[in-house]
Amino acid sequence: MDYSLKIGGEAGQGIQTIGDALAKVFCRFGYHVFTNQDYESRIRGGHNFYQIRLSDRPIRAPRRPLDILLAFDRESIPAHRAEVREEGIIAYDSSLLKESFAGPQFLDIPFVKIATDTGASRIVANTAATGAILGMLGFSLDPLFDILTVLLKRKDDRTREQNRLAAVAGHEYAVKNCGRCSFSPASTGVPKMLVGGSEAVGFGALAAGCMFYSAYPMTPSTGIMTYLGARAKEYGIIVEQAEDEIAAINMALGASFAGVRSMTGTSGGGFALMVEGVSLAAMTETPIVIALAQRPGPATGLPTKTEQGDLFFALYAGHGEFPRVIFAPGNPEQAIRLTAKAFHISQKYQIPVFVMTDQYLADTQWTLDSVALDNLPMKDYRTDAAEIDRLDAYARHAFTDSGVSPFGIPGKTKHVVVTDSDEHNEAGHIIEDKGLRSKMVEKRLFLKLENIRKEIAPPVFLGSAAPETVIISWGSTYGVVREAVESMGDKKIAMLHFSEIYPLPGLQSFDYVEVLKKAERTICVENNATGQFARLLKAETGCAVTDRILRYDGRPFLMEELLEELRGRS
Amino acid sequence: MEGVEKYLGEVPAWCPGCGNFAILRAFKEALDAEGIEPYRFCIVSGIGQAGKFPHYVRCNTFNGLHGRALPVATGIKLANHEMLVVAVGGDGDMYGEGGNHLLHAIRRNIGVKLFVHDNQIYGLTKGQASPTSMEGMVTKNQPLGVLSGQLNPMAMAVALDCGFVARGYAGDHEHLKALIRSAFNHKGFSIVDILQPCVSLNKVNTYEWYGKRVYHIGDDHDPSDRIKAFARALEWGDRIPIGIIYRNDRPSFESRLPVIAARPLVDGVGKWQELREKLAGSLNEFR
Repeated sequence: MDYSLKIGGEAGQGIQTIGDALAKVFCRFGYHVFTNQDYESRIRGGHNFYQIRLSDRPIRAPRRPLDILLAFDRESIPAHRAEVREEGIIAYDSSLLKESFAGPQFLDIPFVKIATDTGASRIVANTAATGAILGMLGFSLDPLFDILTVLLKRKDDRTREQNRLAAVAGHEYAVKNCGRCSFSPASTGVPKMLVGGSEAVGFGALAAGCMFYSAYPMTPSTGIMTYLGARAKEYGIIVEQAEDEIAAINMALGASFAGVRSMTGTSGGGFALMVEGVSLAAMTETPIVIALAQRPGPATGLPTKTEQGDLFFALYAGHGEFPRVIFAPGNPEQAIRLTAKAFHISQKYQIPVFVMTDQYLADTQWTLDSVALDNLPMKDYRTDAAEIDRLDAYARHAFTDSGVSPFGIPGKTKHVVVTDSDEHNEAGHIIEDKGLRSKMVEKRLFLKLENIRKEIAPPVFLGSAAPETVIISWGSTYGVVREAVESMGDKKIAMLHFSEIYPLPGLQSFDYVEVLKKAERTICVENNATGQFARLLKAETGCAVTDRILRYDGRPFLMEELLEELRGRS
Repeated sequence: MEGVEKYLGEVPAWCPGCGNFAILRAFKEALDAEGIEPYRFCIVSGIGQAGKFPHYVRCNTFNGLHGRALPVATGIKLANHEMLVVAVGGDGDMYGEGGNHLLHAIRRNIGVKLFVHDNQIYGLTKGQASPTSMEGMVTKNQPLGVLSGQLNPMAMAVALDCGFVARGYAGDHEHLKALIRSAFNHKGFSIVDILQPCVSLNKVNTYEWYGKRVYHIGDDHDPSDRIKAFARALEWGDRIPIGIIYRNDRPSFESRLPVIAARPLVDGVGKWQELREKLAGSLNEFR
């Protein structure tokens, strides 16, 4: 089984509430669920949608044909009618849309009347619709009641009861009146977790011991701050909304210098302001993790849409030459793991590390069976204060074989900890000496980079072991590329997905360059206009791709469209 | 080591006769008088002649970027609020490049002590106008004279209800030392604007110029009276008041954060077992 449903409506109608509740119910029943959202830069009105796909096998991307369209606004009908399968259903409330539609696909359900009959306000039409969808799909309501209890925990008993009644009435109505509802839920499995991209970055940060997050709100990065902020008390961490992004990164660097694992997050425009701070982190060898949730630019661009357009920006941001690491997770599982790894690498080498997502990944939710907490690199890289106290003198930037100096914490040792954005000596004081300058560059850059390269994991390689065609991707396109490649069922095709982007993985454990050289066609799929990753790959390995599939209209790749493109080229 | 010797830092690279030397001496004496060991406090600075200040004091030091001392200092204070955190910068650094951070540091009332070496001119870049340069001052970059109005940092701070607002003068040693000590002991955000003659580049606001104008704010002034404080802050010209202009008892930002009520944030680092248990709970929220 593999069903897709879309909920369309205006901002402020609560379509996200319906979508989230349904997705959770499906997870409770043990289904694999994938959700994604498309919204506009407004709080009320406009047209947004929330799409849910559920299946009894793993799924990784949205599919185009819809089984159910729930239309909460008039715009949903012309915008999405063509996506509905011939035998699919378009559920709507003629009183809400002020229009009736004829045809076998249409099912008029009085969501508003069902809601108001319970004595509730019109907004409870959401809950009636949620119940109706579950009825159409043949699911029971029990998990929904649990979810409503949590969702409405701040409301009074009467409101909770009205919502319960509305769900029951919506469910009954759909069961009774949906003539063509022939959905057959497969047997249920073990309940799954539903994890979103922003939450995954937030959870990964917590799991790595992040205790300080400072940021300025900016779509699509704000979800990380919201997730961490809601847990600040429980975890004993500080989440501070800074006056601007410049302050955000500098605050995080201050906290990090003082011994606390710190992070900031933003999108392209905000990151533009942070750039001097990236350079500062490098010069002062202060660890920091930067979450960069991309959206289409230049400038304000499309604030709520998606793009992978800032790879080069992250790669080259900051004046001067210094090492950095860039991760770009392809799904929430990778987002958790790589955000935790970002802290680990950042602390171990005292460098800035990026976690790059985009609106698409930030706002998608995937199901996971579990998250292994045992494999997290829970290790403190700060030097023990007693050890530093035993030294005659402490130098924050002491030369060592690895280029990494003992990480002393100010106020915790009897020695003073000194660092500077100017070029400095081992003790951290300003110098202009040419010999010392060269040595410091070599320490910060070459010595560290040698070991950093060894930390980078090889790309994901799936499909034919000796492929004629290789589909290359990075970051958030992982799921859609994998679905497309798998559904081609071509024995001569493989995919190569990079989530650890920079430095590019070494070739010792897996020589992917050899695979690319041997293939006839190498096609790089990117959500940008200039094929930035393909250019990086060429610059670093000399390996040029033979073809590119690029999308830069602010929307994510859709499986069917990508499949068509791939079939046309391979 | 005894006395101010324990704060001996690098050899200053300032011009001979610079007002900064007097500030450095008063600062060290204030530290010694308060009995603050070098490793117990941290100075954060930006860029400018004043930005070099922490190198000349033996102390924990973060000499960061131009204009950004306050956000870095805020981060340090939040990570370890038991440490005395001082920010130092010039008038260009704090009132120009870092102006937005100053507004918000005052709003937060974060317990950082800010000392501005205000020489009304850019020193490091050799003589351009600063936000506190007086209107009409001619420089190489402002040949028509400064057209913008002169920033009044004291009036601005009072208007923003800053926790502690004071003005000192590099040429009045004992008075300055006492002001620095008062700022150290204030719980919330403190700003001390220190008039500092630039002997190389500012030929208007000289020792002689300031010497004729500054006067001590007397005991008759009530620094808790905001309206009177504002009036005092507006005085500039023939008579320039030095001393504590305004102070209030707004609680500091860090004192209002429950997560650091029991211990500084940095003391909670590395508690992996505790963390694992919380993570297991957060995972359940995904179900």
